[in-house]
Amino acid sequence: MEVILIKYGELALKGGNRSFFENKLVRNIKEALKSFDGVKVEKTHGRIYVETSNNAKEAIDRLRKVFGIVGITIAKKVELDLNAICDSAIEVMRHHSGKSFKVETRRPNKSFPYESIEISRMIGGEILKNVDDVHVDVHNPDVVLNVEIREKAYLYSDTVDGIGGMPIGTNGKAVVLLSGGIDSPVAAWMMMKRGVEVEAVYFHSPPYTQERAKDKVIDLCKKLSEYGQDIYLHVVNFTDFQLAIYDKCPPKLTTIIMRRMMMRVAENIALKYGAKALITGESLGQVASQTIESLYCTNAVTHMPVFRPLIGMDKSEIVEISKKIGTYDISIRPYEDCCTIFVPKHPIIKPDLDDVIKGEKELDYEQFISSLEIDEIKVKS
Amino acid sequence: MEVYLDNSATTKVRREVVEKMVEAMEVEYGNPSSVHRKGYNAEKILSKSREDVAKLLGCESHEVFFTSGGTESNNLAIRGIVHSMKRNGNHLITTKIEHPSVLNVMKQLEEEGFDVTYLNVDNHGYVDLDELKNAINDRTILMSIMAANNEIGTIEPLDEIAKLKRMKDKFYFHVDGVQAVGKINIDLKNIDIDLLSISGHKMHGPKGIGALYVKKGTKIKPILYGGGQEANLRSGTENMPGIVGLGEACRFMKDNFIEYEGKLRALKKRLYDGIKSEIPDIHLNGPDIDDGAPQILNISFLGVRGEVLLHALEEKGIYVSTGSACSSHKNTESHVLKAIGLSHEYIEGAIRFSLSVFNTEEEIDYAIQVLKEKVNFLRRYKRR
Repeated sequence: MEVILIKYGELALKGGNRSFFENKLVRNIKEALKSFDGVKVEKTHGRIYVETSNNAKEAIDRLRKVFGIVGITIAKKVELDLNAICDSAIEVMRHHSGKSFKVETRRPNKSFPYESIEISRMIGGEILKNVDDVHVDVHNPDVVLNVEIREKAYLYSDTVDGIGGMPIGTNGKAVVLLSGGIDSPVAAWMMMKRGVEVEAVYFHSPPYTQERAKDKVIDLCKKLSEYGQDIYLHVVNFTDFQLAIYDKCPPKLTTIIMRRMMMRVAENIALKYGAKALITGESLGQVASQTIESLYCTNAVTHMPVFRPLIGMDKSEIVEISKKIGTYDISIRPYEDCCTIFVPKHPIIKPDLDDVIKGEKELDYEQFISSLEIDEIKVKS
Repeated sequence: MEVYLDNSATTKVRREVVEKMVEAMEVEYGNPSSVHRKGYNAEKILSKSREDVAKLLGCESHEVFFTSGGTESNNLAIRGIVHSMKRNGNHLITTKIEHPSVLNVMKQLEEEGFDVTYLNVDNHGYVDLDELKNAINDRTILMSIMAANNEIGTIEPLDEIAKLKRMKDKFYFHVDGVQAVGKINIDLKNIDIDLLSISGHKMHGPKGIGALYVKKGTKIKPILYGGGQEANLRSGTENMPGIVGLGEACRFMKDNFIEYEGKLRALKKRLYDGIKSEIPDIHLNGPDIDDGAPQILNISFLGVRGEVLLHALEEKGIYVSTGSACSSHKNTESHVLKAIGLSHEYIEGAIRFSLSVFNTEEEIDYAIQVLKEKVNFLRRYKRR
């Protein structure tokens, strides 16, 4: 029978914690395949085996978005019997378009009475006898036929790459500030890849930002949720707060002060929902609010670690990832977000923290933060 | 109060039009190509609708070809002529302020090896007749120039332009009449136009239907091939509900044209005078207030972002559009406002109001009051 064999390599933290990571990965795999029929997930010796009565190709597409998996392949599962293994190997090669091959055997189950090299040689011989027009090439084969001898034998030839990373949920929770642009969803994805569960916060300024802009952020969350978790999106009605910033703060500083307010709001949400870090899509020097001096001012309001996974990346590198993960086409929909609505003509590039603190003195921001209307939307893939 | 001032984007369908369309779907639902009575009845209705369109345009009904709308009519006119006239030359003339359904076809044709001259316009949006005259050469096969501009309402001097056709044999004149027909007087009996595009949903008809007038004797090839409907020029089973709706919309426009044009002009003037007296630092974009299409008014509110104002008005039930595309980015600024030489600051603050005869004086007065309030409010937050 066919099973899906999942390789997860060395999950970074081994030893006593390893089973925690493995168990989480198994749970995430089950979650990814919950709409499939007859799913059985089994874990042994550094491998996970998945059986499903649905189309295995579809299941593989799903599994390619599960963080922590490094390789996925469809394997034949046969009895521990040399004849059965050889028959199966012959069948695999008959259906393969490749002409040159080699057999590679691994034998974690030492009770099987042949050595790995012997097994490979025997299987190879049987293939040459029974399949037309194939030859052995140990250096540069078209097909590597892998044979693993465990409680059963598993045969497979083509492995597709998994997405790598760590299982979501193994590294705590963080709140990401999603703007609807290209960068922030990429930042969220990169932290999800490190096992972080994310919640999202979006600053909405009706009527100046349209419902379409909010829908865009919901769609971004939906895309991110395909990578293994439902996402809670906190939509903050930011209009009055934003107008107050423009009324009470010096024009040059409005952008940096707005960023500080957003961090404060996001931190509040994080504390409320048990998150221990913030994530932003900032990339050094991209805009005035992302210079070192600006980041210093923005950062000064939080007590949590702020993850900025894009900090050293160029725009083109970020765009490339956003295309790969499927958020790019959503991000480029042309709706204004609240950061671009009332932008000052000449935002300050090197703000001074004392000036900024003075600049926001007139603003009763604690009052604003405590009275903000925040909608919570649960986004599922 | 809901005040819809975005009638150049689309209009509300008239009740009478809806009723006729429902009948075309529920009762007379035959295919005009069918041989039986049901098909015959549909064919009769089709002919009647074609006559209604022809009457509005002042042409013969066999010169009217139904399409899926303005975009298809423009594509068919330009590509259809280019295909049949390739041997006579490869030069085309258009303007910088055409609708994308003309400009993008032209761009595509340039990639296919055609030469296209894009005429400049002056700061009111009028083409320069001398520049046009100089552009015409012995390889020119088509000029495509809109009747009324969709963003600023400039009405091009079609009469004068048509006269330039005499400079050359085998040279066609296409007019995008989508924003003009039914609003300004275009009578094909009096003016030498070869092809004219119209659209149903810009005159209280349905979306997804339009027509192309093709003067008898014009050499044009189809761009869709199929069952040979519409005298082989536009195959595909006729969109009967749409056609009936367009016919009814045209009939109504023809019967009420004079009254409607007067009403639109009066509303536009009222809106402009109100804005001018209540709000400082505004700028009228396009032609003088008494010229131009009677339904289009484009105004820049200095110190305000058009899109922000649009949403502020929306909150009070007033629907308009920005003069520029919905973005703060310079590279998506309106090509029309750029072509008339507006600076970035003006383009950014541009709003297009487009009226219909369904609008009332009360609505206009309400719009003026809300505009005043919102513009004042937003100017406090202008980019400092």
